[in-house]
Amino acid sequence: MSAPEVIRLSDVRVTFGAGSQATTALARTSLTIAPGEFVALVGPSGCGKSTILKLVAGLLEASEGHVFVGAREIGAEPLRIGMAFQNPTLLPWLNIRENVMLPLKISPPFRQHFAAKRRGEYRERVEALIASVGLAGFADKYPWQLSGGMQQRASLCRALIHDPTILLLDEPFGALDAFTREELWDSLQALWMARTPTVLLVTHDLKEAAYLASRILVMQARPGRVIVDAPAPFARPRTMESSFAPDFVELTRRLRAAIVAARAAPAAA
Amino acid sequence: MSALARRRLLSWGFILALFGVWEFGCLWWRVSDLVLPRPSQAIATIFLRAAAIAPHAGQTLYTTLAGFALGVILGFALGLLISASPLAYDVGYPLLIGFSTVPKVALVPILVLWLGAGSWPAILTAMSMCVFPIVVNVATGIAGTEPELRDVMKTLRATRLEILWNVALPRTMPYFFASLKVAASLAFVGSVISETVASNRGIGNLMIIASSSYDTPLVFAGLFILAAFGVGLYAIFAALEARVTFWAQRGADQGGSRST
Repeated sequence: MSAPEVIRLSDVRVTFGAGSQATTALARTSLTIAPGEFVALVGPSGCGKSTILKLVAGLLEASEGHVFVGAREIGAEPLRIGMAFQNPTLLPWLNIRENVMLPLKISPPFRQHFAAKRRGEYRERVEALIASVGLAGFADKYPWQLSGGMQQRASLCRALIHDPTILLLDEPFGALDAFTREELWDSLQALWMARTPTVLLVTHDLKEAAYLASRILVMQARPGRVIVDAPAPFARPRTMESSFAPDFVELTRRLRAAIVAARAAPAAA
Repeated sequence: MSALARRRLLSWGFILALFGVWEFGCLWWRVSDLVLPRPSQAIATIFLRAAAIAPHAGQTLYTTLAGFALGVILGFALGLLISASPLAYDVGYPLLIGFSTVPKVALVPILVLWLGAGSWPAILTAMSMCVFPIVVNVATGIAGTEPELRDVMKTLRATRLEILWNVALPRTMPYFFASLKVAASLAFVGSVISETVASNRGIGNLMIIASSSYDTPLVFAGLFILAAFGVGLYAIFAALEARVTFWAQRGADQGGSRST
């Protein structure tokens, strides 16, 4: 099925210059163009025909509004992704501050300013984030000087420091003891509530899923597919206390039943 | 006394004791210095004939360090190349193993044929000795980069060069330094082999001439100088290693400080 539109300008305005010398090349304009359409732009010179072409080509930046071509926004910042694994994968030759700062060094658009801001703004940004997960005062320590739980906190910070739109977590708490794990749930929940990235969390722990997620997908093997799509509509911030509430317990029981059934099913099939 | 100081003192004590056994064993059994000179004789020879020995020692040090430096550069570059693509690995590894198996003493006449007797055969022989351990270690270190770390870097849109610079190279440093320490002593082997075959200068040449005139103390003086150079170069790289790869040596550090 083809997309309903190939080009879309929404509330786009283009001005050149600044202040009293500003000239408007294109006043607020919205238009959509469907795939396969043959569209002509006509008008006197200076009316903005070429400006529209240049907007679509990505040669010119809109002063206001958005230009979409093929469902992707022109000039939009590339999607930022943060990732954390069961293994903290911190770099042992860098201290915690430098480890957490790594995405700012690599990832656009932060990298352009890394040399200028690494000792100022970025450093404060790192300090604030690691303080929020209880690592204040450990910035100068090396990963191997910290416990597993603390390393995992630092790993979460590294996944979040560049304000990712998407956060991907692959069993990030799998290797931790139960109490450390529960502490980190609260850290992660607080970080998510403050920044609201889109999160995809892979976990074996149903309580963890119900505690952290707003929606839980249960999957079945051979062939891999989603068999349950359950909301977890509990109020936030969730606490250990709330995880003993009847509806919470009922949700985890239901998920567990679905997984047990799914494990039995392929053998029968 | 700290545990570290005690360990140092003990190790030096044992090393000196070994030389003491040699020294007094020779005296006790009245070994002729034509067969086995005492360590004190070898060391005395170094100082008494310093003026004659110095240019040879300088020559050997120069060719060895030059060859070592070239070997490190070439070895590092080849290590990067080999780990960069499977094809380079498949082509490079058999060639390298083949080349490293060739006895280097057999290369010297060819090098002399090409470049004439002098410093260059010694430099190139020293280089050829160094290359293999460095290539293997650099390639091993880079290949060992955790795939998850690569994934983290890729999701940050890091280029291959950025992954290499920020992740793969730093994690290769412990391997690299391990190979440097091996290569440093191999470089001396290479330059001295070359000097004994075709040169009129260098410790190797000095030892060949001394042994042909039954000047055994001078031969041993040459050996002692080579050993001292080797230990010195090793110590320099060990110190450098401790600074650069401190993060990989925490086990050893804790071992030293645990009992303090």
